[in-house]
Amino acid sequence: MSLFVKKITNTFKQLLSRKGRSLLTILGIVIGVAGVIIIVSLGAGAQTLVLGQITKLGTNLIGILPGKSNEKGPPAAVFGVQVTTLTANDVEAIKDTSKVPHAVGVASFVRGNATVISGRESVDTTFSATDGSYPRVQDVEMDRGVFFSDEEGRAGANVIVLGYDVADQLFPNGDELGQIVKVQTNGNNSTAIPFRVIGVQKKLGNVFFQNQDDQVFIPFPIGQKQFLGINYIQFVRVKADSTDNVKSTIEDIQRVLRDQHRIKDIENDDFSVRDLADAIKILTSITDGLRMFLGLMAGISLVVGGIGIMNIMLVTVSERTREIGLRKAIGATSKQIRDQFLFEAVILTSLGGVFGIIVGSLISYLIAVGARYAGYDWSFVISPTAIILAVGVSVLTGITFGLYPAIKAAKLNPIDALRYE
Amino acid sequence: MLIDLKNITKEYDNSGVVTRVLHGISLEVEEGEFLSIMGPSGSGKSTLMHIIGFLDRPSTGIYNFNNEDTKDFPDDDLARIRNERIGFVFQSFNLLARTSVLDNVILPLTYSKLENHIERATKALESVGLGQRLGFMSNQISGGQKQRVAIARALVCDPKVIFADEPTGNLDSKSGATVMNILQKLNDEGRTIILVTHDRTVAEHAKRIITIRDGMIVMDEKIANQIRNVPVEDRD
Repeated sequence: MSLFVKKITNTFKQLLSRKGRSLLTILGIVIGVAGVIIIVSLGAGAQTLVLGQITKLGTNLIGILPGKSNEKGPPAAVFGVQVTTLTANDVEAIKDTSKVPHAVGVASFVRGNATVISGRESVDTTFSATDGSYPRVQDVEMDRGVFFSDEEGRAGANVIVLGYDVADQLFPNGDELGQIVKVQTNGNNSTAIPFRVIGVQKKLGNVFFQNQDDQVFIPFPIGQKQFLGINYIQFVRVKADSTDNVKSTIEDIQRVLRDQHRIKDIENDDFSVRDLADAIKILTSITDGLRMFLGLMAGISLVVGGIGIMNIMLVTVSERTREIGLRKAIGATSKQIRDQFLFEAVILTSLGGVFGIIVGSLISYLIAVGARYAGYDWSFVISPTAIILAVGVSVLTGITFGLYPAIKAAKLNPIDALRYE
Repeated sequence: MLIDLKNITKEYDNSGVVTRVLHGISLEVEEGEFLSIMGPSGSGKSTLMHIIGFLDRPSTGIYNFNNEDTKDFPDDDLARIRNERIGFVFQSFNLLARTSVLDNVILPLTYSKLENHIERATKALESVGLGQRLGFMSNQISGGQKQRVAIARALVCDPKVIFADEPTGNLDSKSGATVMNILQKLNDEGRTIILVTHDRTVAEHAKRIITIRDGMIVMDEKIANQIRNVPVEDRD
């Protein structure tokens, strides 16, 4: 048996002879390491979730929102401020292929709340009023039936496409196609407008914490004029023909809109054109910042755990004064005593690190399972960097905070130590 | 000459108040002797034992061990001497709690260069009659047995000298007699035994008694009628 292995087994024997104490000692480290693992894993999971959802929307997608925004922050429209500068004329100009050659689909949107009624059943949901080009812009697939055509969309035909959950609630038997539903906005005061169901969207799940299956689609003019009674467009989505052309398309759209709105100075833009790369950048910078902050908090808990170890090791040293005296009397050198206590501290913290990784991974896994059960496309990510970092930090805390008690033990005078009661 | 002390003094400095415990002790101990150091409490006998046993250093004076002046030995060398040449038996046993009898005896070996720890420890325990108690925890055995484990621990590195500081102090008379018999047997095998006690009857198990009073040797006598082989019932 090599000397090192012997040393480890001896130390383990020592620690096992004080199981309760050892367990309490490492608790702080277990919690600290588990905290780091969970936070880093949750951060990574949330990030992949959000990024995955963005890419799900399609990387060729460009969004136009009314109102100016600075490069890094979200546009004012996101916060619910009504900006009325985006109009049908603007959209027509963008659709002009001589001005924006790489746009293959343009869809205008207005949204609002609505109650969809079928017989005695009714569902409170969100309506999206858009153009017939919508499925091409956002790569949406139908479960049954069809989306309304460009013609129907433009004309404001009384046709409706249901989200999966809405269809499921109103027509549990799946016989909705061709049926008439009534849609009412502003509570029950306005008159209900009848629509013919022509399609049901495929199940999409949650995107950005919104249930994409809990909405209905109606032709743009009905939503804009009859339901909302407005003249402007809330937002526009444009699809570029390829990812490479996204940037140039954004520039084209900006040029068109400045022309439309007679804006000479970029500073005075009253719209924002963004692609998903921007959104990804913003989101990544936010989540990265959050992860770093939370990781730091967890790191602080590791240091607190280390101080806990130091405290208990100090108590242990004074409790074991007689033992230290005896060990010195039978031939242990000061260095050997110091190493023994340091080794115990390092083994304790390493054990704490291992338990912490197990506990942290387990909890992260359970959270991932829970999130998936709740309908999120959550992936269980354990970062090796986090593990290495957590274990490295915990061993380092062991050495740092174990050193002082160990030196204190080594300095004890054997006679005083033997006399100690 | 195994132990040769010349005019040893020891002073303690307690925040400016100097207390002199030993006032010039000179003492020679040959290899194979059985010496008792006797004296009332506070006489300095324990301090003397600590100095002879390299647990402490004298303030002044010369200490030759095995014909070598130990004055300039660094602490680590003293630790090595304690490990290889000296075995200690204490009044309060000082066994490691929640540790097996065998592991307690192995303990000094972990600080030595010697190998075959288990065999050596087993042999040492057999020589004190505890060959059947190897796996017992140190808190599962009687006081007398604990002291015998301590003797086995003192023996395990095959030292030249065994120091016993009031080894029977915490024992009933029968266990005490067993312990003294073992020490005498070890002396018969050629090992030097130095016993510290305040009890004349215990001291008389030795072949020579020195008496200390107020930090000075006041008497150095050879014992003609060493107390030997007090019969004890085997209670184990």
